Amino acid sequence: MDYLNIIILALLVNNVVLAQFLGICPFLGVSGKISTSLGMGGAVVFVMALANLVTYLVYNFILVPLGIEFMQTITFILIIAFLVQVVEIILKKSVPSLYQALGIYLPLITTNCAVLGIALLAIQKNYSLVQSVVYSSATAVGFTFALILMAGIREQLELLGTPKGMKGFPLSLIIAGLLSMAFMGFSGLVK
Amino acid sequence: MSNVSHFTNGLVKSNPTFVLVLGTCPTLAVTTAAINGIGMGAATTFVLVCSNLLIAALKNVIPDKVRIAAFILIIASFVTVVDLVMKAYTPDLYNTLGIFIPLIVVNCIILGRAEAFAQKNSVFPAILDGLGMGIGFTLAITLLASVRELIGNGSIFNVKLVSDNISTFLLFILPPGAFITYGYLIAIMNRLRARYSN
Amino acid sequence: MAKLDSSLKNMTLSLLLISLFMSAALGFVYNVTKEPITKSMKAKETNAIKDVLPSFDNDPMSSPLQINGLTFYIATKGKDTVGYAAKTYTDRGYSGRFDLMVGFLPNGSINNIVVLQQNETPGLGSNMSQDKFRSQFLKLNIGELPDKLLKVRKDGGEIDAISAATITSRAYCNALQKAYDELMKIQEESK
Repeated sequence: MDYLNIIILALLVNNVVLAQFLGICPFLGVSGKISTSLGMGGAVVFVMALANLVTYLVYNFILVPLGIEFMQTITFILIIAFLVQVVEIILKKSVPSLYQALGIYLPLITTNCAVLGIALLAIQKNYSLVQSVVYSSATAVGFTFALILMAGIREQLELLGTPKGMKGFPLSLIIAGLLSMAFMGFSGLVK
Repeated sequence: MSNVSHFTNGLVKSNPTFVLVLGTCPTLAVTTAAINGIGMGAATTFVLVCSNLLIAALKNVIPDKVRIAAFILIIASFVTVVDLVMKAYTPDLYNTLGIFIPLIVVNCIILGRAEAFAQKNSVFPAILDGLGMGIGFTLAITLLASVRELIGNGSIFNVKLVSDNISTFLLFILPPGAFITYGYLIAIMNRLRARYSN
Repeated sequence: MAKLDSSLKNMTLSLLLISLFMSAALGFVYNVTKEPITKSMKAKETNAIKDVLPSFDNDPMSSPLQINGLTFYIATKGKDTVGYAAKTYTDRGYSGRFDLMVGFLPNGSINNIVVLQQNETPGLGSNMSQDKFRSQFLKLNIGELPDKLLKVRKDGGEIDAISAATITSRAYCNALQKAYDELMKIQEESK
């Protein structure tokens, strides 16, 4: 499969949030404002690409030779938790401005199931190292895209009167449903 | 709190799915058929009970600063156990639930209960809490899955309830249906709770 | 017992002991489940081979032929080849890859098809295993179609797609086509 296909599939057709249901918690949690969505999205792109790079290497050069592929879940989640910590420390020391922007979102990423999910899916799909990194970056951009769309809509909704029972999660979910319906239209894009 | 209320807490008052809105990814993803709801619920409950048990038992030998790492390690191990067992004995269900089995690791309900309950309580209440939360989660996602399967496919637990000639509302089985059904169910639960809490 | 304080020694020791204990437990579970896992995977394939081929008296599983990601099992009765079972796949399904087992008679016509593994949309794509769709392929010989290509009606072919699941139907044809093309090569070589 060529890279353009992978990108379109990951970004639009199989959008990680709206079609694959990964990373719903941050999607509902931090999509209140466009600015915070951008921050979260940036942090996810960064960590996800890095995580896929490392998990690919660890899987193919440590787990497979040892014949312990069944340990992948444990290994991957520990790698992700560790990476998030390292990224946080490095950013804090060397690029304080970026840390200011992304810092508070980093700890939330360990439990973002999209990161672990995409690492596992890339292995399942038998992607090569480059494909895996392209795939994860495109997925993360797709995540950011969905997050920003959602935030834009929710900012407007603040101004509307909604029934009491529908406030908060129910309304967000229904909007997500409508967005997801719109994204289904992309499914014919790749043959 | 008495032992009974440790158990019932997760069923209704702090139901993880409808009240706390945690663990939303599997809730939306696997609820295309009622049977998946039961399978996912059972797997999650097992991990929840085991990790609550072990964390409550080990709480004094886990230093505070590395507690999250230790919790993740324990949870991930139990998830791998479930993963292997399901692969061996329920291969069909394992294939349908797919990637959401290993993703139980990052289900916020489990880490949340470890942090908020298990590490502060003794073993028995921790087991009850895990059971209550797990069963509350199972019931909730099975309800959601039943609604989606009924409207989308005209059946519940693969038992056809409408004739084949009546077309069903397929949208409810597709991804948008998951969001919309879940949204309306939470809204209904909010309404019911508001009415009965007075 | 008082809680251990967070000294470096305590932290390392406690994490190390937990991981040691957990790895041991996992190793044990892995060994217990190893056999049932291979068994259940194998059983599914053996049954599928039996379902898609006419009766045979050898053990096709014993000498599989691996070509381009496809696996062929050759069934014989006495000295005659009675059919070929091909484990084929496609990446073009609505939810990605699915696997089929298809049985060919020696003349290249399709004897039967079994779905091995799929994640297509329940109620739509998943209907591919229903008789209404499957029966169109029985006795069909791809070699007798125009250009030797299997197509759905929408693309100018003979196959009625599953209603509202053209992508799945196309992917299904794609998997069969792949198996047929490889089979022709095998037969060519053995001549």
